[in-house]
Amino acid sequence: MPKPIFPYFFIQTLPHVVVLLLGLLAFSDSRADLDTIIIDQGVDDPIRIAVVPFAVSEDLADIDNPAKLIRFDLARSGQFDPIAPEDMLSYPSTENAVFFRDWRILQMAYLVIGQAQRNVFGEIEVSYQLFDVATQTQLQRASFRVTFDQWRDVGHKIADLVYSEVTGVRGAFSTKILYVLAEDVGTARATYSLQMADVDGERTRTLYRSTAPILSASWSPDGERVAYVSFETGRPSIILQDVSGPYREQLTGFRGINGSPVFSPDGKQLAMVLSRSGDPEIFVMNLENRKLRRITRHPAIDTEPSWSPDGKYLIFTSDRGGKPQIYQLELATNFLERLTFVGDYNARARLLPDGRHLVFVHRRNGVFHIAWQDLLEDRLLVLTESELDESPSLAPNGAMLIYATQDQDKGILAVVSVDGRVKYRLPSSAGDVREPSWSPFLPDVVRASE
Amino acid sequence: MQIQERIKHLLVTMLGALVIAGCSSTATEPVVEEQPEMEAVEVVEVVEAVKPAGPGFAADNRTPVDAGGSPVSRTFYFDFDLAVVSPADFAALQVHAEILRANPDRKLVVAGHCDQRGTREYNLALGERRAKAIRAILEANGASSRQIEDISYGEEELANPANNARAWAQNRRAVISYR
Repeated sequence: MPKPIFPYFFIQTLPHVVVLLLGLLAFSDSRADLDTIIIDQGVDDPIRIAVVPFAVSEDLADIDNPAKLIRFDLARSGQFDPIAPEDMLSYPSTENAVFFRDWRILQMAYLVIGQAQRNVFGEIEVSYQLFDVATQTQLQRASFRVTFDQWRDVGHKIADLVYSEVTGVRGAFSTKILYVLAEDVGTARATYSLQMADVDGERTRTLYRSTAPILSASWSPDGERVAYVSFETGRPSIILQDVSGPYREQLTGFRGINGSPVFSPDGKQLAMVLSRSGDPEIFVMNLENRKLRRITRHPAIDTEPSWSPDGKYLIFTSDRGGKPQIYQLELATNFLERLTFVGDYNARARLLPDGRHLVFVHRRNGVFHIAWQDLLEDRLLVLTESELDESPSLAPNGAMLIYATQDQDKGILAVVSVDGRVKYRLPSSAGDVREPSWSPFLPDVVRASE
Repeated sequence: MQIQERIKHLLVTMLGALVIAGCSSTATEPVVEEQPEMEAVEVVEVVEAVKPAGPGFAADNRTPVDAGGSPVSRTFYFDFDLAVVSPADFAALQVHAEILRANPDRKLVVAGHCDQRGTREYNLALGERRAKAIRAILEANGASSRQIEDISYGEEELANPANNARAWAQNRRAVISYR
């Protein structure tokens, strides 16, 4: 069933820019998989790491080697520059076979080795070790017992562990993304589907398909549910749905706008926009008793709410000052503060996990970009250079964000680090891809068995 | 441009004291592509036919027509991030209001739309504001609020998916359809 996923893999080093192109064959059946990842830009001085092809038993030789998955994950972060296997001097899979001199010659900072084989119960046992080349010490070792379906999960898990150890930041390679795939738009056959995929664009699954538009998908903090806006009734309504399971419910269907559903950090409330009172206002729904609490009260547009990480504030877009800008409301006191002042169009903001930095859609010279702002020092940094960039959604570790943009009049997804240094694109051959939403950290699919 | 001026004069003559002054500078550009030329032909016919019957519906019982039996414009265009109805559109909207007054059992839907720029949810709100701006003019001209439904599609139902100034202008619109 599984095919080799990376038919080609080459790294080209340009002055100060690492360009890396990976063609990914669609995994198994789904034509909706995001097909190619193009890394446009990495950090100036990426960390040099060798991930040696794992020694695998013969029955596992035809599928992707875990080392390949790990190398791709680390390279995609832009912070690592994994050496190609053909440039290695030796291929150790056990500690005894490691000659650190080989890796020092290649100026590697870190080394990962590992093995995988099937045990008598049919499970696959995968183990790995991470070494610091300079000090010749082992930094990590772990083993996993997984099913065949979890083969990619274990690769992403090891990449997460290595990334965390080396950078000090929790890895987010095991997370998922939601996005909307729009096909045949503008024709009578137009379809919209809500897709879920691994964060590398693989293993796509359709959560909902409709002939009516879908937008504004967001995750519950436990990753078990999604909320989104669907026009399936002919009007916008907010839908709540299980990621795996049959539960699906139309949560609201008020007159006017039913939009922008966003879960509170504790998962118990859902912020949303309703215009049933005549103009768009922010509301919060208690998900246990379905009671609505009105948060804003202003004849201007109030929309695109999102929560501060501590759940004490809502930030939102409002044109109460004449142009769309970002405001912050303290829920306990109703104290309102305007957060953005640069430019005449700032919208759809999200706070970083640190609560201090903001990412949002920012218009400069008539062009829409994703921008980052330090709320304490009032610094604004434009992160993206393309046009019509929208819908920024942060990785749960706050290191990167995924957003929607246009590539030759086609909607695609792209990722940029919050410092603007690392960029990659996830185009799709299937149709227009838009409205991405990065999942929270998800419960471990694979666990170390030691 | 000359045709446009002629239409304006004809409309003024026909519909009485309408405030159309200043429309040459603020009229929504995209209308030029379709509406005015259509109206130009129809209005001329009206004048020639000198048919005094009130506005209503064409034979399909859906298409709104003016006193002379000519279709009335149903699409109205807006400037970026604005929901201000162009004075050039007041005449057509007045005809719609008349139709609603004369047919109190009939309803119409005003659908508000935006171009691709800006965020999707903000555009949902902006599209609603555009639909409500049209609704307000219909109501001000005597239509009952019960006869009017407004809905916003934001940037989800584009008239032209291309990314250029002309397509964007075509997408920033409100469209009336009778039920």
